[in-house]
Amino acid sequence: MDKYLHSVTLVADKCHGCTHCLNYCPTEAIRIKDGKATINSDRCIDCGQCIRVCRNKAKKSIYDPFEALKKYKFKVALPAPTLYGQFDNLDDVDYVVQGLYDIGFDYVYEVSRAAEIVTEYTRRFLKQSNLPRPVISSACPVILRLISLRFPSLSSHVMPLMSPMEVAAINAKELVIQEHPDLTADDIGIAFISPCPAKVSYVKNHPENRQPIIDCVLSMKEIYFMMISKMKRGEQPQNTSSSGVVGLSWATSGGESTAIFNDKYLAADGIENVIKVLDQIENNALPTLEFVELNSCPGGCVGGVMTVANPFIARARLQGLRRYLPVTRTSKAKELTKDGVPENLIIHTPLGQRSIGSFSNDTNLSIAVMAQIEEVSKLLPQIDCGACGAPTCHAFAEDVVCKNVSMDECPLHKLPKFSRED
Amino acid sequence: MGEILKLHFDVDGDDFTSAGEASAEVKKKLRLLGYSPETVRRVSIAMYEGEINMVIHAGGGVADVEISEDCIKIVLEDHGPGIENIELAMSEGYSTAADAVRSLGFGAGMGIPNMKRYTDSFNLESTVGVGTKVTLVINT
Repeated sequence: MDKYLHSVTLVADKCHGCTHCLNYCPTEAIRIKDGKATINSDRCIDCGQCIRVCRNKAKKSIYDPFEALKKYKFKVALPAPTLYGQFDNLDDVDYVVQGLYDIGFDYVYEVSRAAEIVTEYTRRFLKQSNLPRPVISSACPVILRLISLRFPSLSSHVMPLMSPMEVAAINAKELVIQEHPDLTADDIGIAFISPCPAKVSYVKNHPENRQPIIDCVLSMKEIYFMMISKMKRGEQPQNTSSSGVVGLSWATSGGESTAIFNDKYLAADGIENVIKVLDQIENNALPTLEFVELNSCPGGCVGGVMTVANPFIARARLQGLRRYLPVTRTSKAKELTKDGVPENLIIHTPLGQRSIGSFSNDTNLSIAVMAQIEEVSKLLPQIDCGACGAPTCHAFAEDVVCKNVSMDECPLHKLPKFSRED
Repeated sequence: MGEILKLHFDVDGDDFTSAGEASAEVKKKLRLLGYSPETVRRVSIAMYEGEINMVIHAGGGVADVEISEDCIKIVLEDHGPGIENIELAMSEGYSTAADAVRSLGFGAGMGIPNMKRYTDSFNLESTVGVGTKVTLVINT
């Protein structure tokens, strides 16, 4: 497996070695070793749960600083629709667009605009393609990684269409080059303003055979604080938004699917819910669904760990902002083709299948190892206290068998109260 | 000698909301063992249907799974009411599920046919008033 660059990392000084994050990691990727949390890179899906729940703020996201854009002559901002929900007392999205120009961007292409285009292409896809149903949205990168790790049989259900972030990047670059023929491709720096670390990883590990189309991924939090000091609400913004209700709705769970005008959809958010839904799809238990929208963060992208506002507050603000917007603004968009889906926006490389933790290529050997794990597990207290540094007794049994961890790391199994040895 | 991993599950009949947990657990293990997605899918669908049936019709039961390199064998056993007419129960669309169960989307009469469809060997023994035993084998 190639080295995967993660964007969730540990600040060792701040980690107290408490076991809080262990229980929240959906892939059991965290162990406490020598009093500090460690993240297993093969298992981590960059969902950001550990950042969200850490009481000591010892987990943080990695992203590009705004200064990384300095080397580009022409700076393009791609704000995720979640950004609009961060500001208090805002009655018009145009102020946000103008704010981005005011902090130094030369051009703004809203991801919400690209989202409306993706919505239209999704409708076309659902009409014409014979992808296995239900079709699963490709927008949330955590979901893509989760599917390739834990639900490889569903890889073929994922819509082979780029996410709004990528579509925005491609369209923005084309438009800028058209409008500014004096610029070369290298002069243009394209920055996505992200609500979550998963998008950072997605961009940094850009899929094989595909050119990187986004140069920097910035933190929404950082941009927010730069913007609030520059945004002048009294003055009329000169630059205006070019997205509508549909585009803004993508920031919250259910927004993407309601917009495809097909009521046979399911929208789930929060990683635990998502895993349950994927299990059900894999069991053929949801045969009537056409489309499934899955968001790793609670509430959708507004729940990302690089945002400022509480997801529910952001959602309410977005509802207010949407009120007087047109449904979509794609009818006049030059970027939208008349019919079909443009070839350059289709993902041809299928999702990889990388099973986590498979013990050996020899199935017989793997079975023996797993049988051994089950035996060791039976000797443990089964109270999942985390004192050993593993999230569950079963995970600890795995470490004992596969990683030569000593049984004595479990401080309880020898106590008469917990002893299971006959 | 081929290695065998034996797993045992008590399928709780009182709690409908947790139905399907045993098959989800088996699926997770098969995936870790590196079985093909297709095999994993067949096992999880067939076992899921059997597990749901035990919860809906028999108030729960037990599931014993034996995993080896060549095949996965699942034995589901309950002490429920038994099946009166096995042939009828095997036909698609036939169901005796209660309305409350149907309102949750179950009881479409595809449980047993699906178990048969996704397995290489399917055996159903049932005695009215005693219980039902389903044996499913999926070759890898």
